[in-house]
Amino acid sequence: MTTTSIVIVETPLVRLALARADDALILGHRLSEWCGHAPMLEEDLALANIALDLIGQARTLYTLAGEATGHDEDELAYRRDERAYRNLLLVELPKGDFAFSIVRQFLYSALIDAWWRAMTESAEPRLAAIAAKAEKESAYHLRHAAEWVIRLGDGTPESHARAQAALDRLWPYVDELFESVTDAAFDVPPACLRADWDIQVDSVLSTATLTRPTAHWSQTGGRSGKHTEHLGHLLSEMQYLQRVHPGATW
Amino acid sequence: MSSERTPLWEVFIRSRNGLSHRHVGSIHAADSTLALQAARDVYTRRGEGLSIWVVPSNAITASDPDDKGMLFEPTASKIYRHPTFYDILDEVGHM
Repeated sequence: MTTTSIVIVETPLVRLALARADDALILGHRLSEWCGHAPMLEEDLALANIALDLIGQARTLYTLAGEATGHDEDELAYRRDERAYRNLLLVELPKGDFAFSIVRQFLYSALIDAWWRAMTESAEPRLAAIAAKAEKESAYHLRHAAEWVIRLGDGTPESHARAQAALDRLWPYVDELFESVTDAAFDVPPACLRADWDIQVDSVLSTATLTRPTAHWSQTGGRSGKHTEHLGHLLSEMQYLQRVHPGATW
Repeated sequence: MSSERTPLWEVFIRSRNGLSHRHVGSIHAADSTLALQAARDVYTRRGEGLSIWVVPSNAITASDPDDKGMLFEPTASKIYRHPTFYDILDEVGHM
Protein backbone atom coordinates (compact mmCIF):
# COMPACT_ATOMS: atom_id res chain seq x y z
CA MET A 1 0.00 0.00 0.00
CA THR A 2 1.38 3.42 -0.87
CA THR A 3 1.14 6.30 1.55
CA THR A 4 1.42 10.05 1.27
CA SER A 5 2.70 10.26 4.85
CA ILE A 6 6.23 11.31 5.68
CA VAL A 7 8.21 10.12 8.69
CA ILE A 8 10.51 12.53 10.51
CA VAL A 9 13.66 11.72 12.42
CA GLU A 10 13.50 14.06 15.39
CA THR A 11 16.72 15.59 16.62
CA PRO A 12 16.17 17.85 19.66
CA LEU A 13 16.08 20.93 17.42
CA VAL A 14 13.58 19.32 15.03
CA ARG A 15 11.46 18.08 17.89
CA LEU A 16 11.30 21.51 19.51
CA ALA A 17 10.57 23.29 16.23
CA LEU A 18 7.84 20.80 15.35
CA ALA A 19 6.21 20.90 18.78
CA ARG A 20 6.00 24.69 18.84
CA ALA A 21 5.04 24.85 15.17
CA ASP A 22 2.27 22.29 15.71
CA ASP A 23 0.97 24.27 18.72
CA ALA A 24 0.83 27.42 16.62
CA LEU A 25 -0.64 25.78 13.51
CA ILE A 26 -3.39 23.87 15.30
CA LEU A 27 -4.38 26.81 17.50
CA GLY A 28 -4.24 29.08 14.45
CA HIS A 29 -6.54 26.66 12.64
CA ARG A 30 -8.98 26.63 15.54
CA LEU A 31 -9.00 30.44 15.61
CA SER A 32 -9.48 30.59 11.85
CA GLU A 33 -12.73 28.67 12.35
CA TRP A 34 -14.14 31.88 13.84
CA CYS A 35 -13.65 33.73 10.57
CA GLY A 36 -17.12 34.88 9.57
CA HIS A 37 -18.64 33.51 12.79
CA ALA A 38 -17.33 35.75 15.59
CA PRO A 39 -19.84 37.58 17.81
CA MET A 40 -18.95 40.93 16.24
CA LEU A 41 -17.04 42.18 13.23
CA GLU A 42 -14.25 43.66 15.35
CA GLU A 43 -13.52 40.29 16.99
CA ASP A 44 -13.84 38.48 13.70
CA LEU A 45 -10.88 40.49 12.45
CA ALA A 46 -9.02 40.28 15.75
CA LEU A 47 -9.20 36.48 15.90
CA ALA A 48 -8.27 36.15 12.23
CA ASN A 49 -5.28 38.46 12.84
CA ILE A 50 -4.11 36.27 15.71
CA ALA A 51 -4.65 33.13 13.64
CA LEU A 52 -2.47 34.58 10.89
CA ASP A 53 0.26 35.51 13.39
CA LEU A 54 0.25 31.94 14.70
CA ILE A 55 0.28 30.34 11.27
CA GLY A 56 3.15 32.67 10.34
CA GLN A 57 5.07 31.49 13.41
CA ALA A 58 4.34 27.89 12.43
CA ARG A 59 5.73 28.51 8.94
CA THR A 60 9.06 29.85 10.18
CA LEU A 61 9.40 26.94 12.62
CA TYR A 62 8.50 24.34 9.96
CA THR A 63 11.05 25.92 7.66
CA LEU A 64 13.66 25.56 10.41
CA ALA A 65 12.69 21.92 10.98
CA GLY A 66 12.69 21.41 7.23
CA GLU A 67 16.28 22.58 6.86
CA ALA A 68 17.31 19.67 9.08
CA THR A 69 14.99 17.04 7.61
CA GLY A 70 14.86 17.84 3.90
CA HIS A 71 11.12 18.54 3.93
CA ASP A 72 9.41 21.82 3.11
CA GLU A 73 6.87 23.52 5.35
CA ASP A 74 3.89 22.16 3.39
CA GLU A 75 5.08 18.57 3.72
CA LEU A 76 5.58 18.97 7.46
CA ALA A 77 2.13 20.48 7.93
CA TYR A 78 0.11 18.37 5.53
CA ARG A 79 1.80 15.02 5.34
CA ARG A 80 2.50 13.96 8.87
CA ASP A 81 0.02 11.60 10.49
CA GLU A 82 -1.91 12.44 13.62
CA ARG A 83 0.50 10.44 15.80
CA ALA A 84 3.43 12.46 14.44
CA TYR A 85 1.82 15.73 15.53
CA ARG A 86 3.47 17.06 18.68
CA ASN A 87 1.01 19.79 19.73
CA LEU A 88 -0.54 20.30 23.16
CA LEU A 89 -3.97 18.76 23.68
CA LEU A 90 -5.17 22.17 24.86
CA VAL A 91 -4.91 23.72 21.39
CA GLU A 92 -6.69 20.95 19.48
CA LEU A 93 -9.94 21.00 21.47
CA PRO A 94 -12.87 22.28 19.37
CA LYS A 95 -13.31 26.02 19.43
CA GLY A 96 -16.42 25.90 21.63
CA ASP A 97 -18.15 29.19 22.34
CA PHE A 98 -16.42 32.58 22.32
CA ALA A 99 -15.60 32.29 26.04
CA PHE A 100 -13.95 28.91 25.52
CA SER A 101 -11.76 30.16 22.68
CA ILE A 102 -10.81 33.30 24.62
CA VAL A 103 -9.98 31.50 27.87
CA ARG A 104 -7.90 28.94 25.97
CA GLN A 105 -6.09 31.75 24.17
CA PHE A 106 -5.38 33.41 27.48
CA LEU A 107 -4.01 30.27 29.18
CA TYR A 108 -1.82 29.48 26.17
CA SER A 109 -0.64 33.04 25.56
CA ALA A 110 0.30 33.55 29.21
CA LEU A 111 2.83 30.75 28.80
CA ILE A 112 3.99 31.17 25.24
CA ASP A 113 4.55 34.90 25.54
CA ALA A 114 6.94 34.35 28.46
CA TRP A 115 8.52 31.41 26.66
CA TRP A 116 9.21 33.36 23.49
CA ARG A 117 10.69 36.20 25.51
CA ALA A 118 13.01 33.76 27.29
CA MET A 119 13.88 32.15 23.95
CA THR A 120 15.18 35.44 22.56
CA GLU A 121 18.29 34.54 24.60
CA SER A 122 18.50 31.02 23.18
CA ALA A 123 21.91 29.67 22.25
CA GLU A 124 20.39 28.55 18.93
CA PRO A 125 20.47 31.81 16.94
CA ARG A 126 17.76 30.79 14.44
CA LEU A 127 15.33 30.11 17.29
CA ALA A 128 16.32 33.35 18.98
CA ALA A 129 15.56 35.23 15.76
CA ILE A 130 12.13 33.60 15.44
CA ALA A 131 11.48 34.37 19.12
CA ALA A 132 12.30 38.04 18.69
CA LYS A 133 9.50 38.39 16.13
CA ALA A 134 7.03 36.02 17.79
CA GLU A 135 7.38 37.68 21.20
CA LYS A 136 5.91 40.95 19.92
CA GLU A 137 2.95 39.09 18.46
CA SER A 138 2.32 36.96 21.52
CA ALA A 139 2.47 40.00 23.80
CA TYR A 140 -0.53 41.43 21.98
CA HIS A 141 -2.33 38.05 21.91
CA LEU A 142 -1.98 37.90 25.68
CA ARG A 143 -3.24 41.42 26.22
CA HIS A 144 -6.18 40.89 23.88
CA ALA A 145 -7.23 37.64 25.56
CA ALA A 146 -6.68 38.90 29.11
CA GLU A 147 -8.83 41.98 28.55
CA TRP A 148 -11.61 39.77 27.21
CA VAL A 149 -11.33 37.28 30.07
CA ILE A 150 -11.81 40.18 32.49
CA ARG A 151 -14.86 41.50 30.62
CA LEU A 152 -16.47 38.09 30.19
CA GLY A 153 -15.84 37.10 33.80
CA ASP A 154 -16.87 40.44 35.25
CA GLY A 155 -19.62 40.99 32.68
CA THR A 156 -23.15 39.61 32.69
CA PRO A 157 -24.26 36.50 34.62
CA GLU A 158 -24.35 34.70 31.25
CA SER A 159 -20.81 35.69 30.22
CA HIS A 160 -19.48 34.90 33.70
CA ALA A 161 -21.03 31.43 33.68
CA ARG A 162 -19.64 30.68 30.22
CA ALA A 163 -16.15 31.93 31.12
CA GLN A 164 -16.09 29.89 34.34
CA ALA A 165 -17.35 26.79 32.51
CA ALA A 166 -14.60 27.23 29.90
CA LEU A 167 -11.97 27.60 32.61
CA ASP A 168 -13.19 24.48 34.42
CA ARG A 169 -13.21 22.45 31.22
CA LEU A 170 -9.74 23.63 30.12
CA TRP A 171 -7.96 23.32 33.45
CA PRO A 172 -7.06 19.59 33.19
CA TYR A 173 -5.04 20.51 30.08
CA VAL A 174 -2.97 23.21 31.80
CA ASP A 175 -0.24 21.00 33.32
CA GLU A 176 0.76 19.80 29.87
CA LEU A 177 1.75 23.39 29.01
CA PHE A 178 4.67 23.02 31.42
CA GLU A 179 6.07 19.71 30.20
CA SER A 180 9.57 19.91 28.77
CA VAL A 181 9.73 19.31 25.02
CA THR A 182 13.47 18.64 24.96
CA ASP A 183 16.30 18.78 27.48
CA ALA A 184 18.52 20.65 25.03
CA ALA A 185 20.49 23.62 26.33
CA PHE A 186 18.97 25.93 23.69
CA ASP A 187 15.43 25.14 24.92
CA VAL A 188 13.78 26.93 27.84
CA PRO A 189 11.97 24.42 30.08
CA PRO A 190 8.41 25.74 30.46
CA ALA A 191 8.33 24.52 34.07
CA CYS A 192 10.66 27.36 35.06
CA LEU A 193 8.02 29.83 33.82
CA ARG A 194 5.20 28.34 35.90
CA ALA A 195 5.55 30.57 38.95
CA ASP A 196 5.20 33.72 36.84
CA TRP A 197 2.35 32.12 34.88
CA ASP A 198 0.49 31.38 38.11
CA ILE A 199 0.86 34.96 39.33
CA GLN A 200 -0.27 36.43 36.02
CA VAL A 201 -3.21 34.07 35.55
CA ASP A 202 -4.35 34.43 39.16
CA SER A 203 -4.27 38.20 38.85
CA VAL A 204 -6.44 38.23 35.72
CA LEU A 205 -8.84 35.61 37.07
CA SER A 206 -9.22 37.58 40.28
CA THR A 207 -10.00 40.80 38.38
CA ALA A 208 -12.41 38.79 36.24
CA THR A 209 -14.12 37.44 39.42
CA LEU A 210 -13.45 33.92 38.13
CA THR A 211 -12.48 31.02 40.38
CA ARG A 212 -9.24 29.19 39.69
CA PRO A 213 -10.21 25.52 39.41
CA THR A 214 -8.51 22.85 41.45
CA ALA A 215 -7.43 20.14 39.04
CA HIS A 216 -8.42 16.66 40.12
CA TRP A 217 -6.60 15.14 37.17
CA SER A 218 -4.33 16.20 34.36
CA GLN A 219 -4.50 15.16 30.75
CA THR A 220 -1.31 14.60 28.81
CA GLY A 221 -0.02 12.89 25.68
CA GLY A 222 0.08 15.53 22.96
CA ARG A 223 3.87 15.77 22.85
CA SER A 224 4.14 12.01 22.27
CA GLY A 225 1.40 11.96 19.64
CA LYS A 226 -1.44 10.59 21.78
CA HIS A 227 -4.17 13.04 20.89
CA THR A 228 -7.83 13.57 21.64
CA GLU A 229 -10.34 12.36 19.09
CA HIS A 230 -10.62 15.93 17.81
CA LEU A 231 -7.22 16.28 16.12
CA GLY A 232 -7.86 13.59 13.51
CA HIS A 233 -10.98 15.40 12.28
CA LEU A 234 -9.10 18.69 12.13
CA LEU A 235 -6.21 17.14 10.18
CA SER A 236 -8.45 15.31 7.75
CA GLU A 237 -10.00 18.63 6.79
CA MET A 238 -6.73 20.58 6.80
CA GLN A 239 -4.67 17.95 4.97
CA TYR A 240 -7.26 16.75 2.48
CA LEU A 241 -5.98 18.55 -0.60
CA GLN A 242 -2.30 17.69 -0.14
CA ARG A 243 -3.20 14.08 0.58
CA VAL A 244 -5.24 13.77 -2.61
CA HIS A 245 -2.83 15.81 -4.73
CA PRO A 246 0.58 15.62 -3.01
CA GLY A 247 2.77 18.61 -3.84
CA ALA A 248 -0.07 20.52 -5.48
CA THR A 249 0.57 24.26 -5.78
CA TRP A 250 -1.65 27.10 -6.95
CA MET B 1 -23.37 41.17 21.03
CA SER B 2 -26.08 43.72 20.40
CA SER B 3 -24.95 47.04 19.07
CA GLU B 4 -27.53 48.96 21.08
CA ARG B 5 -25.61 48.01 24.24
CA THR B 6 -22.16 48.28 22.73
CA PRO B 7 -21.09 51.91 22.28
CA LEU B 8 -19.76 53.27 19.02
CA TRP B 9 -16.28 54.83 18.86
CA GLU B 10 -14.64 56.99 16.21
CA VAL B 11 -11.11 55.96 15.30
CA PHE B 12 -8.25 58.33 14.45
CA ILE B 13 -4.87 57.09 13.21
CA ARG B 14 -1.58 58.90 12.83
CA SER B 15 0.28 57.33 9.94
CA ARG B 16 3.98 56.53 9.89
CA ASN B 17 5.00 59.59 7.96
CA GLY B 18 1.88 61.49 8.84
CA LEU B 19 1.29 64.72 10.60
CA SER B 20 -1.93 64.74 12.57
CA HIS B 21 -4.32 61.94 13.46
CA ARG B 22 -6.91 61.36 10.75
CA HIS B 23 -10.38 59.92 11.07
CA VAL B 24 -10.44 56.44 9.51
CA GLY B 25 -13.77 54.98 10.60
CA SER B 26 -15.66 53.66 13.59
CA ILE B 27 -15.93 50.50 15.67
CA HIS B 28 -18.11 49.03 18.41
CA ALA B 29 -16.55 48.26 21.79
CA ALA B 30 -17.69 48.00 25.39
CA ASP B 31 -15.09 50.43 26.76
CA SER B 32 -12.06 52.49 25.77
CA THR B 33 -9.51 49.69 26.29
CA LEU B 34 -11.36 47.27 24.05
CA ALA B 35 -12.01 50.12 21.62
CA LEU B 36 -8.26 50.68 21.22
CA GLN B 37 -7.74 46.95 20.67
CA ALA B 38 -10.53 46.77 18.13
CA ALA B 39 -9.23 49.85 16.34
CA ARG B 40 -5.77 48.29 16.17
CA ASP B 41 -7.18 45.03 14.81
CA VAL B 42 -9.53 46.58 12.27
CA TYR B 43 -7.62 49.62 11.03
CA THR B 44 -3.86 48.97 11.35
CA ARG B 45 -3.57 45.55 9.71
CA ARG B 46 -1.47 46.87 6.83
CA GLY B 47 0.95 49.00 8.79
CA GLU B 48 -1.17 52.12 8.56
CA GLY B 49 -0.27 53.75 11.81
CA LEU B 50 1.91 54.47 14.80
CA SER B 51 -0.69 56.03 17.08
CA ILE B 52 -4.41 55.50 17.63
CA TRP B 53 -7.06 57.69 19.24
CA VAL B 54 -10.54 56.45 19.98
CA VAL B 55 -13.32 58.86 20.88
CA PRO B 56 -16.88 58.00 21.95
CA SER B 57 -19.03 58.86 18.95
CA ASN B 58 -21.59 60.52 21.18
CA ALA B 59 -18.90 62.94 22.41
CA ILE B 60 -18.79 64.53 18.98
CA THR B 61 -21.04 67.51 18.31
CA ALA B 62 -21.69 67.76 14.59
CA SER B 63 -22.93 70.61 12.46
CA ASP B 64 -26.40 70.28 11.01
CA PRO B 65 -26.32 69.47 7.28
CA ASP B 66 -29.32 71.80 6.85
CA ASP B 67 -27.12 74.69 8.00
CA LYS B 68 -24.59 74.26 5.24
CA GLY B 69 -25.86 77.20 3.26
CA MET B 70 -25.54 79.54 6.22
CA LEU B 71 -22.28 78.09 7.48
CA PHE B 72 -20.25 77.43 4.37
CA GLU B 73 -21.55 79.18 1.27
CA PRO B 74 -20.59 82.73 2.30
CA THR B 75 -16.91 81.80 1.97
CA ALA B 76 -17.27 80.76 -1.66
CA SER B 77 -17.03 84.32 -2.97
CA LYS B 78 -14.00 85.29 -0.87
CA ILE B 79 -11.20 84.08 -3.07
CA TYR B 80 -8.87 86.70 -1.61
CA ARG B 81 -8.62 84.48 1.47
CA HIS B 82 -6.70 81.92 -0.54
CA PRO B 83 -2.98 82.76 -0.58
CA THR B 84 -2.70 82.27 -4.32
CA PHE B 85 -1.65 85.81 -5.23
CA TYR B 86 1.87 85.67 -3.91
CA ASP B 87 5.05 84.80 -5.75
CA ILE B 88 6.98 82.29 -3.71
CA LEU B 89 10.72 82.81 -3.65
CA ASP B 90 12.78 79.93 -4.97
CA GLU B 91 14.71 79.78 -1.71
CA VAL B 92 11.54 78.85 0.15
CA GLY B 93 11.27 75.57 -1.71
CA HIS B 94 8.22 73.37 -1.55
CA MET B 95 5.31 74.70 0.50
